[in-house]
Amino acid sequence: MAEIMYWEAIQRAHDEEMARDPLVICMGEDIGVAGGTYKATKGLYEKYGEKRVMDTPISEGGYTGLGIGASFLGIRPIIEIMSVNFAWLAMDQMFNSAAKVRYMSGGQLTAPCVFRSAGGTAHQLGAQHSARMEKVFMGIAGLRVVTPSNPKQAYGLLKSAIRSDDPVFINEHELMYNMKGEVPDEEYFHPLEGSEIARSGNDVTLFGYNISVHWCLKAAEILDKQYGISAEVVDLYSLAPLDRAGIKKSVCKTHRAVIAEEDEAPVGVGSEVIAILNEECFFDLDAAPVRVHSALVPQPYNHKLEMAAIPDHEDVVNAVLKLFGKA
Amino acid sequence: MTLDDKKRVLREMVLHRRFEERCYQAYIERKIGGFLHLYPGQEACCNGVMEAARPGHDYVITGYRDHVHAIKCGTDPKVVMAELYGKETGCSKGRGGSMHIFDVAHRFMGGYALVGGPFPLAAGIAKGIQLKGGDEIAICFLGDAANNQGVFHETLNMAKVWNLPVLFVCENNQYGIGTAIHRSTAVLDQFKRACAYNIEAAQCDGQDIDVVYAHAKTAVDYVRSGKGPYFLELMTYRYRGHSMSDSRGYRSREEEEEWKQRDPLNILRDRLISAGALTMDEFTQIEKSTDDYIESEVIKFAEESPEPNVTDLEKYVLA
Repeated sequence: MAEIMYWEAIQRAHDEEMARDPLVICMGEDIGVAGGTYKATKGLYEKYGEKRVMDTPISEGGYTGLGIGASFLGIRPIIEIMSVNFAWLAMDQMFNSAAKVRYMSGGQLTAPCVFRSAGGTAHQLGAQHSARMEKVFMGIAGLRVVTPSNPKQAYGLLKSAIRSDDPVFINEHELMYNMKGEVPDEEYFHPLEGSEIARSGNDVTLFGYNISVHWCLKAAEILDKQYGISAEVVDLYSLAPLDRAGIKKSVCKTHRAVIAEEDEAPVGVGSEVIAILNEECFFDLDAAPVRVHSALVPQPYNHKLEMAAIPDHEDVVNAVLKLFGKA
Repeated sequence: MTLDDKKRVLREMVLHRRFEERCYQAYIERKIGGFLHLYPGQEACCNGVMEAARPGHDYVITGYRDHVHAIKCGTDPKVVMAELYGKETGCSKGRGGSMHIFDVAHRFMGGYALVGGPFPLAAGIAKGIQLKGGDEIAICFLGDAANNQGVFHETLNMAKVWNLPVLFVCENNQYGIGTAIHRSTAVLDQFKRACAYNIEAAQCDGQDIDVVYAHAKTAVDYVRSGKGPYFLELMTYRYRGHSMSDSRGYRSREEEEEWKQRDPLNILRDRLISAGALTMDEFTQIEKSTDDYIESEVIKFAEESPEPNVTDLEKYVLA
């Protein structure tokens, strides 16, 4: 098993699927000749040509809709939206066309397209480019939302998304493209639904996804070493649908839950997980579940303010200590 | 078109007109729910273009005024009416309704309720054709008001950059919902807007099917021969309001009467009568047999069909 970077894993998935199936194409701003802002499509233009690796104009609504229309004919477009805040412009097509077409056509048409986009707070990108929008996508019927926390997931989820007959939104993170991790040498498909136990534990469940899985893992180590608290970390790589059974199973074992998200709290992943806990295992809870989340402010430019706005592993540790009455 | 072709098309146009008028009645009777956007007055547009194209083979996509376009592509009027009645036998299994008629088997890629939404989808279908290597074309029928959406400009730009086989047909009926075109749109001649994207374009009378057909033939041949996109503007008028809730208070009855003097069915009928290919009695008979067919088969089928099963509520969300 080789160690490769997150962006390399994504590039490999593109390459393998495009080599296998001539109907797989990719499109987006700067993804071809320039090789992609995050290198996720590096080398593909040279290999597959401009008909299949499409440098689009800066017209997110238009090219997203174009990809969706192509998918009606069985084309498998991988549509890159460079930075997730641009996706607001594409949402009409994603929500009103891709997500609904199967239902409103009575199952006649599906939109088997993949939307890939990078979100999250990187380095002082300011209010607009630091957006996190997964919570906006996860509430839309007909759309799958997955969010890889490591290179193996980034590779396997993209492979599965391309083969899926549903529209899939893949939420990547700007800070994770250079993260290294083991990816199987042989072809690997990650399931689009479910969750993964990233670390087993008994006293509290820490729910994370994408970058917050790493805060949770780091927090779990600190909790174990410094406080003797055994934390289980559950990676919610699928945000739509959320793994109701997996969420319930872990909390029925640990009886406590903390949900860590980089997004703001209102109408977020944390709200959803807590609603599931209320519905599924209220009487198994020893304490009220807690959310760790960003401040509800447009992301500030100043670095100190920026860091104050988003959570990290220390916030997760503190939330757990509060649950145990130790803080 | 031969005289025989024209006679067949007249029969189809009568069906389209009577079908829509029967929908109006069914809506009043509360058999049809939701929004209902009717087509009377614009029949020469869809028929003229599709006679020049290949119904059932070329891909067609449109907005919410979509019943006639589907029927012209080959969709059984019975399943369109059943869809309007919300029945399981409807083309979209009762999940779509008037604005979401779909018939993929006949390459009718759907009606969409968001004004301008189908523009990029049409270009995408054309991209799919280009990748698969077929000689079909994508035809996008939309009204004049859709051209004020951002995706109109985005799509025309992309269609030209990638030389996509897509024909944009603007059915310019002069109104965007209840707002007259001169009150919402800086450039009244819509075909002129296409020149901003270096796209071939033409404008013609949308009431006279011979004129529509001639222009559509040029446009369809141009696109099919691989020369790229084309924009055709058809000057037309809808007799009814935008939807059933529209009492047309924004325009004069004189204006409506003026347009009805150039009714597309009458123009074709009179031309066939002058040519000796049709008599008035024959035409009256066509109207009568059409009404009988709609009543005894189309409405009957919709009335007698079952509703969807409530236990199937979540079917068709994901594949």
